[in-house]
Formats: sequence, C-alpha cells, structure tokens
Amino acid sequence: MTDVHLTAETTGRPHADLLVEIDHVVFGYDASRTILNDVSLAFGRGKVTAILGGSGCGKTTLLRLIGGVYPATQGTIRIEGKVVDANDPEQLFTLRRRLGMLFQFGALFTDLSVFENVAFPLREHTDLDETMIRDIVLMKLNAVGLRGAASLDISEISGGMARRVALARAIALDPELIMYDEPFAGLDPISMAVAANLIRTLNDTTGATAILVSHDVAQCFKICDYAYLMSSRGKVVAEGTPRQLAESEDPEVRQFIRGEPDGPVRFHYPARSLAEDFGVGA
Amino acid sequence: MTGVIDGLGRRALELLRILGHHATFFVELLRACPAALRRPYLVVAQIHAIGNLSLVIILASGLAVGFVLALQMYYALVTYGASESLGLIVNLSLTRELGPVVTALLFAGRAGTSLTAEIGLMKAGEQLAAMDMMAVDPRSRVLAPRFLAGIVSMPILAVLFSSVGILGAYVVAVLLIGVDAGNFWSIMQSGVDVRRDIGNGIVKSVVFGFICTFVALYQGYEAKATPEGVAHGTTRTVVIASLGVLMMDFVLTALMFSTP
Repeated sequence: MTDVHLTAETTGRPHADLLVEIDHVVFGYDASRTILNDVSLAFGRGKVTAILGGSGCGKTTLLRLIGGVYPATQGTIRIEGKVVDANDPEQLFTLRRRLGMLFQFGALFTDLSVFENVAFPLREHTDLDETMIRDIVLMKLNAVGLRGAASLDISEISGGMARRVALARAIALDPELIMYDEPFAGLDPISMAVAANLIRTLNDTTGATAILVSHDVAQCFKICDYAYLMSSRGKVVAEGTPRQLAESEDPEVRQFIRGEPDGPVRFHYPARSLAEDFGVGA
Repeated sequence: MTGVIDGLGRRALELLRILGHHATFFVELLRACPAALRRPYLVVAQIHAIGNLSLVIILASGLAVGFVLALQMYYALVTYGASESLGLIVNLSLTRELGPVVTALLFAGRAGTSLTAEIGLMKAGEQLAAMDMMAVDPRSRVLAPRFLAGIVSMPILAVLFSSVGILGAYVVAVLLIGVDAGNFWSIMQSGVDVRRDIGNGIVKSVVFGFICTFVALYQGYEAKATPEGVAHGTTRTVVIASLGVLMMDFVLTALMFSTP
C-alpha cells in the first residue's frame, strides 16, 4: 500500500466487532496467475463495506473466498473468529445458511417463476407453511418494487428486474451477512437509487453486515461506511471512509474515483508500439 | 525415445485423472441420492420431464421398428417355410436387444442432450453456484433427481418400445401379410421366457439408463461455462453414451445369453 493509505487508527474502522476478517490472503485459480496478492481486509459487524476496483481485480473472487467456494492459497479468512475451511462441507453449510449473496448476473433459476425464485431458500431451509412463505415472498418483492411481478416467468422480466428479484431472493432469509456482487450493474438510474437505498435500509433496520463489490464509486460512496480500493494487481491500494478516499491525493485512488483515463492505471493492455503494429515509422 | 515415453506417461496420467474424476462424481452422485429420495416429488417431476416427454419419439420409433422387423423377418423366414416363427423372432429381437438398445440410443439423443444442455446452462448462468451459496447442494437438488428419474424412466420406455414394436409387427404380419394371428401370438407365448428374455431385457435397460443419465449429467456438470462448452458437452453425451450402451450391450448379452 502506498503512503496515503488510511490506517485503521485514522479511519475509525471497527476493531472490536469484526464479522469477517481476511488476513494476508493469496489466491490464484491456477499456479501461473495470482488473482489476490496478499490482501488483508476487515468487515465490521452491521456495517456496509464496499470493495471498489476495476474489472478483473479480484473483487468477485474475494466474495467467493469468503463464501468458501475456493480455499485460499495462503492466508486465512475468518468469520466471527472462525477460520473458513472450504474443504469442510458441514462448516460451509452452517456458514452459508447465515449469508445471502447477490450474484453479478442474478443467477435466477430460469425454470421457476419470480415468486418461486424468492421462495426457494425459504422452502429449502424452513418448515414455514405456504401462507407464511407467500407473505414473506411478497414482502421481499415489495421491498424491491416487484410485488406485482410475482407470477411472471424469469423469461418475461428485464435484466434490471432480474437483478432486483435476485436481491429479494438474497435477503429472503434475513441473513446476517449479505454479499452484493455488482448490485448496480445494468440498472436504470431509478432502480439503481432504489437498490442503493434498499441495501442501506436493510443494513440499518436488520443490523446485517453488507459487503458490496462494485466499480460504481458514486453509488457506493452514498451508502457505505467504509471502502477498500483494489488494484488490478490484486492488492488493496487504499482504504478508508468514503470522505477520506474522496479527499485522497494518491494518484491511483484519484484516477479511479474521478474516472481519469490517464494515470497509474493503464487503459491499454500491454502491447507492442503502434508504429510496430501498423508498420509505420520503421 | 524419451519424448515418446514422456508422451505416453502424460496420456496415462490424463486418463487416470479423467477416470478418477468420473469416480468422484459418481460417488458424490450416489451420496446425494438418499436426499433426493426423501423428496420424491423432485424425482417425479424429472420422470415427467425426461421420461414422459420422450414417449412420442420412443413410441413412434418402436412402431416403425416393429413394421420393418416383421417385413424383413417374414421375407427371410418364408424362404425356409418358417414364417410361423415370425412372432417369436420379433418378440425376442425386441425384448432382448432392440427394445433396450434402440430406446437407450434414442434416450441419449432426446433426454441425454437435454439434460446436458440444461445442467451446462445452469452452470453457465451461475444457478448451481447460487444454489451452493444458499447452502443447497446442487447434487441433491438438481443432479440426483435427474439421475434417479433416468434410471426409472429407461426400463419403462424400453418396455413400451418393445410392446409397440410387437403391435407394429402384428399389424404388418397379420393384418397386411396374412400370417395366422393365433400362430403369431401362441408361439410367442410358448417361446418367450419372462425371466430370461423380458427380465434380462429390463435389466439391460436399467443399466443403459444408468449409463446415459450418468454421462449426460457428468458432461453438463463439467462443461465449460460457455456456449461452446455446452455444445461440446451435448455432443460428447451422444457419442459417449451411445458407445457405452453398445459396448455394455455386448458384455451383458454375453453374460445373460451365453447358454442356449
């Protein structure tokens, strides 16, 4: 991390009541490519914490490591102080019962209706009667503005609506930890504002902990308590409250937050020079 | 020389890896079956999806095979004055071989490809990953009900194929050619052993159901999460399941009918 990085002491990041701790984690899908390179993050209980970063910097991978989908190559991930063991199915089952995840593209079950998608976790994990399930599903759909779409098939709803249904499904069981993978991608401005407010409201009313992965700086800064910025090298380059990050003078932080094309982060993938590729000036 | 040995070694290791992967998947699938059995409605829904909806193609094919079989056998038998054996030969051909084998090949093409594409697309759309993250095991919820449904559906479809085939043969032999109806049925009744012929045919179709469904599910579950990956998976399902059925048919026939 560079000099401008904001330490826990200066930011007031919660120490005592951390729900998720990621400690010096290294991970790659294969030995030749490291996605996460010695990252350490902490997520306070009851807080909305954002992980910002460009595409392909390992944000989604980080969520999957927290959910125990993959084991970390090095380092540890702790939830409530317990190390997440991706090879322990029983521990993962218990852990996943307590978390909800909104997938980047919704991941709705296409053979089920909108209603049945939201009812799915309730039917799988509870013995609630049909009346109760109906009430809970309609309440969750109402929260995302889609109560009227309950009977529609997934093929009949738009991409933005699908993400809102996925959000309703993620919160169906009122999880303690909710992980949102790009919750604002593909949403129109109204839906985006509603989704952002919903994430914040859920956090405030239920006390759930939220981890928000996104590259939408404006929406994240509106609702998060704390944020991490990851670089394309799979490292955490800055952390702090939205205000602290917004005021940061670090060139990489400034470039990302202001969306500047020139800066430490290159827009172009490494390539030969233009002269060489177009055969001019030789 | 070193290069050849190195290449052979790599291929052997790759083969072992694939076999190990299949074995692991099979064990996981078996372990998921009790959970699926506790929710029989999931299995019944899949029997409807992959069994019931294959009925038309199975019945139509059975009828066509019965027609052709009766014609071909009649022309061959009449040369030797043995046309009265037509009913017996048609029945044995269908119950012992054609019923289980052709049904399995059709099943691999109709239901197997559908299963592979469905599972592959669920994987590509992160539906299986979503299930996993909801603490719902996709093997128990998605794979095992389809596996059990395939094993249950296949023998029923094979019996229906053979039955319709015999009816087709009756239509051609008795109603069109004029073979004696009493003879057609009575020689069948006296010459067919329920346990040895029909029973072994059903055992074969259970094994074929296992092969086709297992291959289809494996190819879907292990398909790359891309359109090309799913397309390759469906192709491999037809090729591997068909070859597996034909090879296993030889083995089973040798074991079941080695004595006259």
